[in-house]
Amino acid sequence: MSSREKILATCTANKPALVDLPQLSDEHLTHYDDKIAQFKFVLESIGGKVVALENIEQVKEEIATHKQSGELVVDTVFSIDDALKTQTSFDLERVDRAYLQATLGVAENGSVWLYEAQMGNRLLPFICQHLFIVLAKATLVDNMYQAYQKLNITETGFGVFIAGPSKTADIEQSLVIGAHGARSLTVYLV
Amino acid sequence: MSNLKTLDHAAAAEIFIKDEARTDWHDDTLWFVRQKRDKAVNGIAEWEQLREWASQIKNHTLSNLDNYLTAFEKQAEANGIKIHWAADALEHNQLMHKILKAHNISRIVKSKSMLTEECHLNDYLKKQGIEVVDTDLGERIVQLRDEAPSHIVLPAIHLKKQDVSETFHEHLHTEEGNNDPQYLTEAARQHLRDHFIQSELAITGVNFAIAETGGFVVCTNEGNADMGAHTAKIHVACMGIEKIIPKAEHLGVFLRLLARSATGQPITTYSSHFQKPRPGQEMHIIIVDNGRTKQLGRADFRNSLKCIRCAACFNTCPVYRRSGGHSYHTAVAGPIGSILNPNLDMKANADLPFASTLCGSCSNVCPVKIDIHEQLWKWRQVIVEEGYVKPEKKIAMKGMAWIFSNPKIYRWAGKSGRWFLRTMPFLGNNKLNVWYKQREMPEAPKQSFHDWYQQNKNK
Ligand code: SF4
Repeated sequence: MSSREKILATCTANKPALVDLPQLSDEHLTHYDDKIAQFKFVLESIGGKVVALENIEQVKEEIATHKQSGELVVDTVFSIDDALKTQTSFDLERVDRAYLQATLGVAENGSVWLYEAQMGNRLLPFICQHLFIVLAKATLVDNMYQAYQKLNITETGFGVFIAGPSKTADIEQSLVIGAHGARSLTVYLV
Repeated sequence: MSNLKTLDHAAAAEIFIKDEARTDWHDDTLWFVRQKRDKAVNGIAEWEQLREWASQIKNHTLSNLDNYLTAFEKQAEANGIKIHWAADALEHNQLMHKILKAHNISRIVKSKSMLTEECHLNDYLKKQGIEVVDTDLGERIVQLRDEAPSHIVLPAIHLKKQDVSETFHEHLHTEEGNNDPQYLTEAARQHLRDHFIQSELAITGVNFAIAETGGFVVCTNEGNADMGAHTAKIHVACMGIEKIIPKAEHLGVFLRLLARSATGQPITTYSSHFQKPRPGQEMHIIIVDNGRTKQLGRADFRNSLKCIRCAACFNTCPVYRRSGGHSYHTAVAGPIGSILNPNLDMKANADLPFASTLCGSCSNVCPVKIDIHEQLWKWRQVIVEEGYVKPEKKIAMKGMAWIFSNPKIYRWAGKSGRWFLRTMPFLGNNKLNVWYKQREMPEAPKQSFHDWYQQNKNK
């Protein structure tokens, strides 16, 4: 018998009688009167920055300014360069700032969801030094239950919830921002 | 880094607590993590509802595990992922080695995976002349020191910043005596970036595997799993069979519980959902049994397979906090490790279910409602039954069980015990009474609770 067959057969023999799967519902869960305030409060408490913008043109200008100053800026909010897809870690390692559009934000935990299509390259949101996310206020949901109702995680090959900059507390429980991923995260609410 | 069991838990703990200041510090540090967990949990009105759902989802999944595993396999293969099955740790390591050899690969990065620790993958590959670079900061620290992780979430929690500074000075040439965590973390970031950028193969663990979609989720705060997985040409994810959950929507329960229970964060920084390999990439999943199907057949212990490895039970455990992870001489330490390891090797791990006060705090914090302390108690019975305890302990336990099961004798034993402790305390405080080690025997009350109750109930 192959290991596969052995494992499955032992599971069949040893599993207990079938137990029902619970029905999840949003009814029992906390909803927030002010989702924006909650999102901002939580994200700031975990090291992220939240900036409310009048209009998205401000982001465009910011990108232009940083590009002019010689920084390597990758923007997938306004247009995705096809070449990004095939770029390697050696190319992306030099990216100072990455601007990405998120699908939705979660008030309860300050996270945002990104599909692979919004990243241009899976590695980009992790390897860039500083990450900037554009999020429409209207996409904020209360909690993770609602988030999964809205998302279809099979839509692209990869997707991620990001909540704040990369961090670690592995040295004596001292929080250090900027472990292996982005050193900072700013969410622009529009 | 191998599983060198030279001492049992009590003996190793005795060495650990010799350094009283360090023991207190270890205790306080973990209690601090437990308090962060409490704060996060108290902020969620529906916490108990979430625990109940998580527990039921896991119970359901275990009761249909064979079907969910095959559904997952089918869907994952349709997504272009290669599935491998390993009956035990050795087969897991051999499968990994085979993948490495087939591609003639030498640059390997690995993010945290307790399963690969359980299988002693690094040791195995080292013997074949292959070096794996651990990329979780805590894991890298202990790897450079040639130690094993002492905690499943905080692998270097037993070390002080001076220790890390010395290790980094030796291996990464950081400034001597610079103990600043910010400085040390930055040094590790630079050091590991080089490894990420050049990596050819990335090994990750799996937090949740979704039967319905054939995808899997990996949670980290540092971003190290993603840095490796999205760079390397080959991604190998390793999972125990119990990592399966039925549907994506169930992640909405588990992701809310995991980080809050582990570190008090509302969610980990990155919750990465891998669905398909990226174009040109190869993705493998090794599904490992290693004793899990056997545990599934033990009615008293099967629900230990619900564990999501949050380590809340470690952080709250008075014995773990004051004996350190290495005293448990196994990859997964703490209360849950003491339930899982006797299943793998009862003789070698017979000491572990006794490394507990049975206070029940572990069961109270467990986000998937495992009855941890009750299982520890049950393991003690099994282990005594099978003859794996030292004779002194066996006599004491048998005596206690007999006394507890005879109310009259219990009361008489209590009375005479109280009389002995009051009149001849030296009889209790001697070497034959192992309980007296490290403890002051309590001052005996003149009256038992039972006698007091009898006297006072009608007042
Ligand atoms: S047994 Fe429960 S508390 Fe302990 S690590 Fe597992 S899930 Fe967390």
